[in-house]
Amino acid sequence: MARLFEYQSKKLLKQAGIPIPEGMVVSSAEEAAEAARKLLRPVVLKAQVWATGRAEKGGIKFADSPEEAAAAAREMFGLKIKNLSVEKILVEEKIDIQSEYFAGIVIDDEEKSPVMIFSSIGGTGIEETARKHPDKVARAYVDVLKGFREFEARDLIRRTGISGDTLTRLSRTLAKFYTVSREYDARSAEMNPLVLSKQGQVYAADCHFVVDDYAVFRHPDLGIEVAREFDRPPTELEKIAYLVEGNDHRGTFYFFQMLDEVSEKENAIGFNGAGGGGSMMSMDAVLDRGFKLANYCDTSGNPSASKVYRAAKIILSQPNIKGYFASGSGVASQEQFHSARGLTKAFGEEKIAIPAVLRLGGNFEEKAIEILHTYLKDIPGKVEGYGRDDAPEFCAERMKKLITENHFLHHKVRPVTEPEIKESAYSFRTVTGEIHIDHEKCGRCATKGCVEACSPGILKLENEKPVLAISREEAEKGKCTECLACEIFCTYHEQDAIFIRLPIPGLKEYREKVIKNQKKQ
Amino acid sequence: MSILVNERSKVLVQGITGREGMVRTRLMKDYGTNVRAGVTPGKGGQEVYGIPVFDSVKQAREECGDFDISVVFVPAFLVKDAALEAFDADVKLAVLIPDRVPINDVLELARVSKQEGARFVGPNTLGLVSPGKAVLGMIGGRAESAREWFRPGSIGVSSRSGGMTSAISYYLTQAGLGQSTIIHVGGDAVVGLSHPETLLLFEEDPETEGMVMFGEIGTTQEERVADLVSGGRIRKPIVAYIGGKAAKSGTRFSHAGAIVEGSRGSHESKVELLKKAGVHVVDVISDIPKKAGQLLKEKGEKR
Repeated sequence: MARLFEYQSKKLLKQAGIPIPEGMVVSSAEEAAEAARKLLRPVVLKAQVWATGRAEKGGIKFADSPEEAAAAAREMFGLKIKNLSVEKILVEEKIDIQSEYFAGIVIDDEEKSPVMIFSSIGGTGIEETARKHPDKVARAYVDVLKGFREFEARDLIRRTGISGDTLTRLSRTLAKFYTVSREYDARSAEMNPLVLSKQGQVYAADCHFVVDDYAVFRHPDLGIEVAREFDRPPTELEKIAYLVEGNDHRGTFYFFQMLDEVSEKENAIGFNGAGGGGSMMSMDAVLDRGFKLANYCDTSGNPSASKVYRAAKIILSQPNIKGYFASGSGVASQEQFHSARGLTKAFGEEKIAIPAVLRLGGNFEEKAIEILHTYLKDIPGKVEGYGRDDAPEFCAERMKKLITENHFLHHKVRPVTEPEIKESAYSFRTVTGEIHIDHEKCGRCATKGCVEACSPGILKLENEKPVLAISREEAEKGKCTECLACEIFCTYHEQDAIFIRLPIPGLKEYREKVIKNQKKQ
Repeated sequence: MSILVNERSKVLVQGITGREGMVRTRLMKDYGTNVRAGVTPGKGGQEVYGIPVFDSVKQAREECGDFDISVVFVPAFLVKDAALEAFDADVKLAVLIPDRVPINDVLELARVSKQEGARFVGPNTLGLVSPGKAVLGMIGGRAESAREWFRPGSIGVSSRSGGMTSAISYYLTQAGLGQSTIIHVGGDAVVGLSHPETLLLFEEDPETEGMVMFGEIGTTQEERVADLVSGGRIRKPIVAYIGGKAAKSGTRFSHAGAIVEGSRGSHESKVELLKKAGVHVVDVISDIPKKAGQLLKEKGEKR
């Protein structure tokens, strides 16, 4: 659920014809003074953060003059509210409030329907109002095929004890509120308080929209960077991860960080789950053993090997983790050797020193575990592969044992490097990367095993050298599934002539910053 | 007996010529599911593993007769239209495989299906399987695995996690306990058939003796199951596991439905209500077969 800031939500209301206080968004104290000057009246300054209760934390201040506004803004920009720094302030005309109301839309999973909630008491949390004054709160289910009509709004509002002009004015606003929330695919929306001014005008004094992240694609105008549920803005690494997900629709790659910073002393691990339920179960198993998770990650839904590779590279961009733990449901329908190959390429490139426990149970798990044990036996860190008959608790115990044995190890992030690609190399594009084959080395190859390893069968031999058996366009469009089998075969059994370049935009620069910090410590 | 699907159910596949559609049609057919036709607009006249492809559901119905079930593999943003097309052709059960279907689309489908007297599983479901009879969707991955992992029997399995649906059923099979029907209700915040609905179906199914439920944080599904048990509407024994003990409020863990909003949907509230109702809540997955076996045995002795 992508959250919108108050000022963004209000912009949507305004478009829908719901009155909002006049105001503007500012990023500096000077701009705040300027805004107050333009508004020509007392103002309120509101910190734009995704946190409730900002008033108690100094996130709301009043000012009677541009100078006061500048001073208030200066103070507010230095604030951290629930760990969120204030980067934008909404400066608005101050409304003389007569009365405050609450209006909200949520989705009821039992009725499978939106519910409009209205209360004639606003300003505070709706749960509390409902408990203390049940007669002041009313609800109505909305028929999604018909929308929420003004007569329904009137009947809802009158149940909270409101009548007269106020009733008709509020009803009009409420009907528009449903329409705009539906138009923008709100997962939930709230006007709290919705106010009536002393002059008899209805205003949405505060408003919050949470957009359904599965519908964000319908609203490019909202400019949502990372359409996922967070109670804070996305981190830089999360943005990099989100881009990977956006560029490759094969399977799911879901990633977020759970610790702000991992110190050397912290007992934190990099976590790579597979499947929502299996990931949560596995997460509980490691947390029960005293570990913290640097991140949560889910690679499932039959992801390509290249996607799992990128996920691993991103997880391994977190310094000081003490281990890498991958575990899913244990009985996955997806073909697990794809994940195994993705992890093998990533771990091989990184030559990780920390231990890894990888539970890849499910279809073709025997092959997956064999891949891990065959190709990762010579990297510095110990890698153990497990399958469906090994419980997550057992695997978490193994992780604990390996980390205890290697307690002095913590992950050092390496720079992103790539082998030099010769001009003479045979190269072609894939869906998300490129494959380069150094044909000069192929002369020394005895097995030509890469052709056999290629399961979609897109390689053939020409003058004893592997080349595409299909057109370049077909390869790029997805006939090459980026299964990584050719590279792994060539690297470990033959001449190390194949390199599959799978770029991760932004990761190189990100790691450079991390490495700089690592050196400082 | 089983619920929702058996070897006689006539099945249609929408999006049969896509990447997943083709692979999973193979799984279904190899397993023995009665797949009669497929639909991909613009690809009518083709065949997928010997199954005829039509341009529309109505055309498929004209050629092949009524369908009981449609399994939908189209891209997420087209799921609503595909399901509406199926309901329009009197299909009474749609299985919606794709992830990332907008919630408003799901709400519309819920409304329309209610009017039409139809039902749907998902979205974001791995599917369902009545072991030895038929599989719908992608559960098991390939027929060989599905036959090995799932065995016919008397336990109904309902789960909000696809992977865990398979895992739990596999562990039951290992313990010698077969399954009547295994259903992944889907990981989203709003799904067609949710736990309370599937468990009621199991309650009515004479072959099902007991149930296993894999729940998660978020939504009210498990709370409603607790209500049904307390109210006496479900009497068969249930073993439950609730995932997401350590999850933070307000953060989503993979499944769109797995998010705690306020105090509602938290791990503690679910476990407490279920326990109070008399549901057997276990702390680790590996305890499920043990507990289920024990409950079935007790039930047998009481008779």
